[in-house]
Amino acid sequence: MSYPDEDLGALEELDAIVDVLVDSAPPGSHDQERRHSIISDEEEALRDAGAIAVLRRGLAITPELRQGVTLTIALAAATALGKLAVPILIQQILDRGVYGANGYRPGFVAAACGGASVGIIVLYFISRATFLRLVRSAEASLLGLRVRTFRHIQQLSLADHVEQRRGALVARVTSDIETLAQFTEWGAVAWIVDTVLIITTIGVMFIYSPPLTAVVVAVFLPLLPALGYLQRRQLAAYDELRNAVGGTLSEVSELVTGAPLVLAYGLQRRTRRRLDKAIRTQYKAQMGAAKWFAIMFPLSDFFGALTLATVISVGALNGPAWGLNLGKLVAFVFLVNLLLAPIAELSEILDQTQTAIAGWRKILGVLATPIDVTEPENGATLPDGPLAVDFEGLRFSYRTGDEVLRGIDLHLTPGAYVAVVGETGSGKTTIAKLLCRLADPTMGTLRVGGTDLRLVAPESRRSAVRMVPQDGFLFDTTIAENVRVGAPETTDEEIRSAFESLGLGGWLEDVPGGLHAPVGERGTSLSVGERQLVALARAQLGNPGLLVLDEATSSVDPKTEQALTEALERLTTGRTVVNIAHRLSSAERADLVVVVDNGRVVETGTHAELVAAGGTYAALYSSWLGNTRVLSGD
Amino acid sequence: MRRGGALLWLSVRTQAGPFTISIVGATLFAVMAVGGTVILGRITDQVIIPAFEEGGVSHRAVAIAAAAVMAASLLRIAGVVMRRYFGQMAQRRMQMLWFTRVTDRYLAVPLSWFDDRPTGQLLAHADADCERSTIAMQPLPFSIGVLVIIAVSMTLLAFVDPVLLAVAIGLFPGLALINKAYTKRVEGPAAATQARVGDVSAVAHESFEAALLVKTLGLENREVARLENKADQLRQERLIVGRLRAGFEPGLDALPSLGTIALLWLGAGRLASGAITTGELVQAMVLFGILAFPFRIVGFLLEELPRAVVANERVQEVLAAPERVIPTTTVALPDGPVDVVLDAVSFAHGPDTVVKEVSVRIAPGEVVALVGATGAGKSTLCSLIAHLIDPDSGSVLIGGVPILETDPVEFHRATALVFQESFLFSDTVRENLTMGDDIDDDVIFAALDIARARTFVERLPHGLDDELGERGVTLSGGQRQRLSLARALLRQPRVLVLDDATSAVDATVERAILDGLRHSVAATTVIVAHRISTIALADRVLMLDGGRITAEGTHRELLSQPTYAALVRAYEQAPQ
Repeated sequence: MSYPDEDLGALEELDAIVDVLVDSAPPGSHDQERRHSIISDEEEALRDAGAIAVLRRGLAITPELRQGVTLTIALAAATALGKLAVPILIQQILDRGVYGANGYRPGFVAAACGGASVGIIVLYFISRATFLRLVRSAEASLLGLRVRTFRHIQQLSLADHVEQRRGALVARVTSDIETLAQFTEWGAVAWIVDTVLIITTIGVMFIYSPPLTAVVVAVFLPLLPALGYLQRRQLAAYDELRNAVGGTLSEVSELVTGAPLVLAYGLQRRTRRRLDKAIRTQYKAQMGAAKWFAIMFPLSDFFGALTLATVISVGALNGPAWGLNLGKLVAFVFLVNLLLAPIAELSEILDQTQTAIAGWRKILGVLATPIDVTEPENGATLPDGPLAVDFEGLRFSYRTGDEVLRGIDLHLTPGAYVAVVGETGSGKTTIAKLLCRLADPTMGTLRVGGTDLRLVAPESRRSAVRMVPQDGFLFDTTIAENVRVGAPETTDEEIRSAFESLGLGGWLEDVPGGLHAPVGERGTSLSVGERQLVALARAQLGNPGLLVLDEATSSVDPKTEQALTEALERLTTGRTVVNIAHRLSSAERADLVVVVDNGRVVETGTHAELVAAGGTYAALYSSWLGNTRVLSGD
Repeated sequence: MRRGGALLWLSVRTQAGPFTISIVGATLFAVMAVGGTVILGRITDQVIIPAFEEGGVSHRAVAIAAAAVMAASLLRIAGVVMRRYFGQMAQRRMQMLWFTRVTDRYLAVPLSWFDDRPTGQLLAHADADCERSTIAMQPLPFSIGVLVIIAVSMTLLAFVDPVLLAVAIGLFPGLALINKAYTKRVEGPAAATQARVGDVSAVAHESFEAALLVKTLGLENREVARLENKADQLRQERLIVGRLRAGFEPGLDALPSLGTIALLWLGAGRLASGAITTGELVQAMVLFGILAFPFRIVGFLLEELPRAVVANERVQEVLAAPERVIPTTTVALPDGPVDVVLDAVSFAHGPDTVVKEVSVRIAPGEVVALVGATGAGKSTLCSLIAHLIDPDSGSVLIGGVPILETDPVEFHRATALVFQESFLFSDTVRENLTMGDDIDDDVIFAALDIARARTFVERLPHGLDDELGERGVTLSGGQRQRLSLARALLRQPRVLVLDDATSAVDATVERAILDGLRHSVAATTVIVAHRISTIALADRVLMLDGGRITAEGTHRELLSQPTYAALVRAYEQAPQ
């Protein structure tokens, strides 16, 4: 991307934005984000809302920012006064100190210069103090907004937390807030300072000579639409450039992630061809943007010169008749120069403003996304011990999309081991989610221990109903901390005994560092199976009455597999277990097998009953049997 | 600094053409910027003063004045356009050059080079690092222009009045120093801010990734506290930057103003004493306005240079990576089915020897299954056969030819490896299968048939021409694997290596695929297997443990071995 090299402020700013983008988001995520951004109905409505509507709504949500507006205006006034001091002083000294009726008056010149200097120094301190307060208030409100957005995202339904959207969600609390921060401390300040400067400069001109001011405005005015036009062309060019950069990045990314394939299939020449094409497209886009960028500044120069030439001509020829004098006309020359900078800056700030508004709009969109699960006040407490589970006419669909569960009626007795089987997409995983109240049924009720799950206090629910998720995600800390999560007061001894009670004491001893071994990012220092073991210990500590198992689909090495099987055996004893089963060996030992197909329960019974019945389950089973046992000699 | 100079000189030399034009433009701009002040001074003396103090001015004088102002502006414009456009051209061409070199190297390095390098970092080398290697090129022409401005201005001021020159000499170096001090002080906190943004991002990423855990365990408050802590650190870092900026930015406006006031005060006296004219005073003041900012541009160049050097060092590191060995003379493979021989092959990854002295012959058309625990060396053996990596000792022969001596193109035509991880590009299904080769639809569909991928491909809205990936359809893991398999099959390889290539395909479909393979593909085949059904397909089973072949034979023969029987039992337990 290009920098406007005349203006270092904008330059540093762009650089900072680029840094933020590079550091906070994985490469290519901008494009991805554009495609996967969370689109709720509310945001859809906001998307059409103009910049003003976003501003109004944003200020309503972050009232602290309004204080910032007042401060910014004060800052603008101080800055404008400081800048206007010089042309006014020139006029005063020329007209009253040098060319006045009394000729050269050194006393007046010294006094005027001294006064102006003191004024500028005072204004410097005022500007400094105001700017500091502005930064403080902006930072405080952005911190609040960031935390609020983060909390809201955490409370969103799990359906909003799918993997493709994760980058977008992270962007909401990072780069989007960053662009807002940039904007409140640079862009918004520039808007107000520049506007005030333009108005006051024209005001001073008007006091000196209304007709000459009219001339200035008339000659200058076409600059605005011209800049606007260039700006639009430039933005379009940058958009194209961003796409081109995205294209190059995705080619490189395919080369890098697909390196084994490139090598195994000898695709070097094909890859080189595609990379060349991408980088040439990017170069063309860069030069396309450079073209507009190159004529942006000269345009202001041209209009500035035109205005200057007109002011000098008209002023010299008609000035005396209009009551103008030498000092005022010279001051006009300086005032015209003073007008150029803010106008050019405003046109450059437009881009940043649009980015900030877009970011703000996305943040507001997230905040407007409804939270599906709300916790009851004074909720009920579930009893200790194994819990009964009742599904009554249960239906469920996500906010968008078809019904996933289409009427489930089931009674699970306390202490039963229930295996739920079915193909991917049958709805079995949704059943697990509803049991943990990650979502509420759209129709029907779900009772656990006789109480509607929606009426159970969250603390009680979380300890009585435990899910062991299949992905076994761990935080980047120690094994102990990962077990302790959710119950911070647990001692190391309790954790150790949880592992031991699951027969995992030996495993824990074998891990270098034991309880305090760091597990790495996402737990990747441990194998998939080992992560599951940690999750089991966590569940054991909670001593839940209902255990929801989401079995792992990936293969685990034989040794861990054995430990896992035994630990699961122990963990499930004495509890109601709903196992979302991917292995039919789990179904074989279940008290009740529930076969789900297309959102409905199609069969229930024990393994033996269902095999004998010769239905869906029997077919699944024989296929599995055929695959695993046919040759093992049994 | 010296390395910065070297990098800059290299860039300038490589892009001499556009760069020269850019510098000519910068000089033209500089001369005309100063020229503009001379014109304004002359206009004051010859147009404005006569108009007000001497009772009038001729239309001709006014017209000349206006024309001079416009002419200066047009020349400046020409200068800026040349400087910017051609400066960009030089920079972007240089970036393109670095990019091409880096990606060329990516295509030439051995596969192991990628092992410990995160994707994000490799992307950054090709993108951000190549761009940053060139950032110092951008302010360079303007910086040269700035030096011209300063030299010309000082000379002019010296001619006008030594007193005014003294004010300028007192003010501008001071301004430059203050600017430098500010940049230096803000550098640390600014970098810290970036680091804190990274922290916030890391917490958010981890936390959203753990969404299920956060919800089921009720960790919202804990997570919010964690983020708030990082966000607050960021806020505090920002306040430090803000405090520095609050002192500096208004100062940058105030100081030149104070300088101009000093100039005015002294200038008024000089004017009254007749030492200078009004026009010269005006000229000096406009000149002050021009001189106030260019010092920052030079500062900017000096600031960017180390960053460019650091980025370029990363680029150079990539360029210094070793290339794969390409045989100078090649031996042609025999026609027809070929055998695969491993002769005392060893391979170490870092300190660990992953494959130890493995010797085995796989007959033409034979199907061999590799089994063993995680880390036994199965995948490494596959990579060795497919020439993705080369053995540290021993050799791999195909059809009797050591693969190091085969022609790369011929080798790739003869062998195909299918990975557990399916690499599909964001492109059409067809492109993903043919990889740019011109292949008949009949052949494609035949391969899709064997891979059991035909039905779902035909069901896609545009069939073979549907886009996959971000912009297009999303496929399940099993479907992706089936496409990868079809990609290998349509090349009709003579050696087929399947490295757990059907792990995400469900059991019934896998069985159908393997039956199809058995009946319609005559390739010498090596399969890494985790399912009994896969093992059952093989003519022979090789069991690996700790990088060695510990048992070989048919499935039935091996069942009598306790370790093999235990392994098979574990597979039986494995998920579907």
